[in-house]
Amino acid sequence: MELEIPYTVEERPDTGLTNARLAIWLFLASEVMLFGSLFSAYVLLRSGSEFWPRQADYVNIPLATLNTIVLITSSVTIVMAWASLKLQQFRSYRLYMGLTVLAGLGFLILKGVEYGQKFEHHYYPATNNFLGMYFVLTGLHIAHVIGGLVVNLYLLGPGARMWKTAPAQFTGRVEAAGLYWHFVDLVWIFLFPVLYLL
Amino acid sequence: MPTFFRRYIFSLDHKVIGVQYALTSLVFLLFGFTLMLLMRWQLAYPGQPLPFIGGLFGVANAPGGVMLPEFYNQLGAMHGTVMVFLGVVPLAVGGFGNYVMPLQIGASDMAFPKLNMASYWLYFLGGVTMLASFVLPGGAANSGWTAYPPLSYFATIGQTVWLGGMLFLILSSLLGSVNFITTIVQLRAPGLTWFRLPFFVWGQLVTAFLLLLAFPALQAAALLQAMDRIFGTSFFMPSGLVYGGKVVAGAGGGNPLLWQHLFWFLAHPEVYVLILPAMGIVVEIMTANTRKPIWGYRLMVGSAIFLGFMSFLVWAHHMFLTGMGTSISTFFQTTTMIISIPSVIILSALFLSLYGGSIRFNTPMLFALAFLPMFGIGGLTGLPLGLASSDIALHDTYYVIGHFHYVVAPGTIFALFAGVYYWYPKVTGRLMNETLGKIHFAGSFVFINGIFMPMFIQGLAGMNRRLYDGGAQYAHVKDVLHWNTFMSWSAWGLGLFQLFFIVNVFLSLRTGKPAGSNPWQATTLDWAATSSPPLAHGNFASAPVVHRGPYDYSVPGTREDFIPQHVEHADGEAR
Amino acid sequence: MLELLGLPPEASAHAAEIDRVIVLLHWLMAVLAAGWGAFFLYTLVRFRRGANPVARREGITAGWSTYVEAAVVLSEVVILVFFSIPAYSARVTGFPNAMEATEVRVVAEQFAWNVHYPGADRTFGRTDIRLVSSENPIGLDRKDPAAADDVVSVNQFNIPLGRPVIVHLTSKDVIHSFGLPQMRVKQDAIPGMVHDLWFTPTRTGDWEIVCSQLCGLGHYRMRGFYSVQAPEAFTAWLREAATP
Ligand code: HEM
Ligand SMILES: [Cu+2]
Ligand SMILES: [Cu+2]
Repeated sequence: MELEIPYTVEERPDTGLTNARLAIWLFLASEVMLFGSLFSAYVLLRSGSEFWPRQADYVNIPLATLNTIVLITSSVTIVMAWASLKLQQFRSYRLYMGLTVLAGLGFLILKGVEYGQKFEHHYYPATNNFLGMYFVLTGLHIAHVIGGLVVNLYLLGPGARMWKTAPAQFTGRVEAAGLYWHFVDLVWIFLFPVLYLL
Repeated sequence: MPTFFRRYIFSLDHKVIGVQYALTSLVFLLFGFTLMLLMRWQLAYPGQPLPFIGGLFGVANAPGGVMLPEFYNQLGAMHGTVMVFLGVVPLAVGGFGNYVMPLQIGASDMAFPKLNMASYWLYFLGGVTMLASFVLPGGAANSGWTAYPPLSYFATIGQTVWLGGMLFLILSSLLGSVNFITTIVQLRAPGLTWFRLPFFVWGQLVTAFLLLLAFPALQAAALLQAMDRIFGTSFFMPSGLVYGGKVVAGAGGGNPLLWQHLFWFLAHPEVYVLILPAMGIVVEIMTANTRKPIWGYRLMVGSAIFLGFMSFLVWAHHMFLTGMGTSISTFFQTTTMIISIPSVIILSALFLSLYGGSIRFNTPMLFALAFLPMFGIGGLTGLPLGLASSDIALHDTYYVIGHFHYVVAPGTIFALFAGVYYWYPKVTGRLMNETLGKIHFAGSFVFINGIFMPMFIQGLAGMNRRLYDGGAQYAHVKDVLHWNTFMSWSAWGLGLFQLFFIVNVFLSLRTGKPAGSNPWQATTLDWAATSSPPLAHGNFASAPVVHRGPYDYSVPGTREDFIPQHVEHADGEAR
Repeated sequence: MLELLGLPPEASAHAAEIDRVIVLLHWLMAVLAAGWGAFFLYTLVRFRRGANPVARREGITAGWSTYVEAAVVLSEVVILVFFSIPAYSARVTGFPNAMEATEVRVVAEQFAWNVHYPGADRTFGRTDIRLVSSENPIGLDRKDPAAADDVVSVNQFNIPLGRPVIVHLTSKDVIHSFGLPQMRVKQDAIPGMVHDLWFTPTRTGDWEIVCSQLCGLGHYRMRGFYSVQAPEAFTAWLREAATP
């Protein structure tokens, strides 16, 4: 017998939160500190070094711009997916979640192409500290994209069965996944100018 | 029916997980302590073979039973790591927090039982990884628990495994802290408003926030160090190094101080992670055994929150000697003095709370009472280390070791012992033996001071820490060198007296006095509203509703000298 | 209090300033420990269950504790503002004119202290890591004319009495820390960075350089020596060391 934990679905009146929503915010706060630490490391290394390579020599700006657009689009579609559930339109949920997953995959493929170009030129993390930070930051970001993708796929596939049994809880899950996905998007929006444009 | 595995191994019940955490961390504490007992031999009798057990460590570590510097440095680094990350924090948070906090807030379990289980097993994995590193070629990590590069960059493979172990521990702590905060915010019983929370819960809440927000910095740092060690990046490696007579290859251009900033950004808040749960435990025990509320409850809560907040702004006081200019050092000296204020307030409040009480000197109370002066000594001796000028003389000496051990050993560890004696009856239904407990207390109190008090003398004389021969080379410390033997014998004496504790824990399972649900006549829900042990499923026979603050002891006009939190206000009762 | 604390002898001009902070703080500790300790023991005896079977819920109501706390804060502020901050900033700023000082470079390595004197021309010779060898621990380029009169001494640091000393500190491999206990000098030697420190010795004597940062297996024996000599003795030593 599973134990009944309160406020998994309905909000606690005095806090106005469900457990999952609070938890995902807390998790994201921690993630902000993680990426924040790495950004600070980047700033410190760059400002403290006598010789910092010209970043534009190493990166592919058009490809990354395209990727930015792809990722921002996916942020919009996941909101639409959640909104569809709110409006009880499960079919359009499927459509929008599907698009989100596709966009995530597209991002990964483009990123893979970009990495391939780096390796072709024998640019590795050890080449210099810019490339080191580039691989660490984008690599960690990719790991987050993959994590989000797995969750989104689950919510599109087997996880969606919950819509029949507990629609409110399912909508809550999609909301949490959406928050996370926005965060992943936001990180990229920081990474893009820092690594590609500055 | 849940299977054996579900019930005891992969349990989802916070009480079972709490006990798993507690037992595992107690074993690690014993292990970390044993490492230190070995080191104390080398410090007291440098170069002499370890008696009896010297042969066990192999030629790589102790040929002929004589400990090598290689081994000493491993023991030192692992003592620190094991004690902090595998011993104290998992016991204080994973053990006590997991077991007691949901009971105290009247919850049937944690908000996310599966995450809770995952936290424990990640912790376990991290611990096993750390332990396993001893058998690697070159042994375990040996660059201190602080793992400063470039030293850690050149270290043996054990350092990489250490980083891997830390990664598990950090993940575990992340899941745990999300779970703790959510549980406290969301699952409080009806009527349990913020200022009715027992102080223990506040301690756990602030701690969880520190873990949540500070650990990522170490995670980032560990990731970067792993990159340096595995992929040859140079994040922490400056250009132009010559190591062992050879120019070091690599791109260079990195900064070793970057590691220190990231490390201490975690490790300073970590100090408060070690101390806040201990304060929480002490408050619970003191209120029950003085039969009166804590002095200045709101002031203490405010101080704990402020302490947590400030702990993010003091990290660089560990780095005064890394070449800091006036303005930065002024900033960090000032924040350090500011953070001492809430600590002083909390400690004063604890002292003042005794006044007017009716004090019962049982074993948990003895340990809790001893916490006060011990933590006081630890806190005060932090002042000369927190000011950049005096730190010039005292940095990296045994004064530092004395200072933080007074905080964490006779401070936190005593509070944890107090907690074990106090909540043991809740967990097992039986009280621990008082006679054995008092012997354990008396011996521990004497010997632990015997270890740590001379450290101040040695440190002031200028004896450095992390010295394989205990400073035997140096002329300026020869007058204080003789303390080394005294301290080592004290350490072994301390070890001996822990046997009384270990025996007590096992013996009392069978022979302890049956406790009843509330042996201490305490007011908080963990005692007042549950049986001992609490119901296996859901904790409470009926969901408690809270009507009053946490410490309604000795309320005038009532018959009993305590009123549990879930009891409604009666007529005649003074408010 | 100073004698009680047993610090190493003060042998530099600023040592007393640093010790003053330590002494003041230990007075503060002593007073607090005595006060708290007395209060603690009193309450334990006076309010034990036998002597006070019924607790008084309000406990202490007098307001004096607030004043005590304010006094503690005030003492901390005074020590911080009037003693510690000036003492520390005097260490990292206010460097003496190089012409009036003895200038040296100290290069730490596992597990030795290399001391580099510029010699009579007061100019350090060029160094290059590619020239590092066991005979030339700091990689001094002997072809550089400025290097001709340079002196490199291993684990022996001689300084003249009464003149400020400026040390440019760095490390070849890992982080070490350059500690001169009797001078109240300690500074991390960090590879890739040069940190400057200064002090003025006020007593002659022979003491030890203590490595104060874990730097590897030989950390415990990374001991050097330093001697504060009468100026004539120092000049004589330097001249002799400079002649090949
Ligand atoms: C009560 C038993 C304990 C004894 C006898 C003890 C003794 C020592 C000694 C003598 C050192 C210095 C070793 C050296 O510098 O070479 C040391 C270091 C250390 N101890 Fe303990 N300790 C104890 C408990 C603890 C606890 C409970 C903690 C943490 C919560 C702890 C954390 C540390 C740390 C972090 C270091 C620094 C390690 C390093 O140099 O990297 N110790 N301990
Ligand atoms: Cu060294
Ligand atoms: Cu060293």
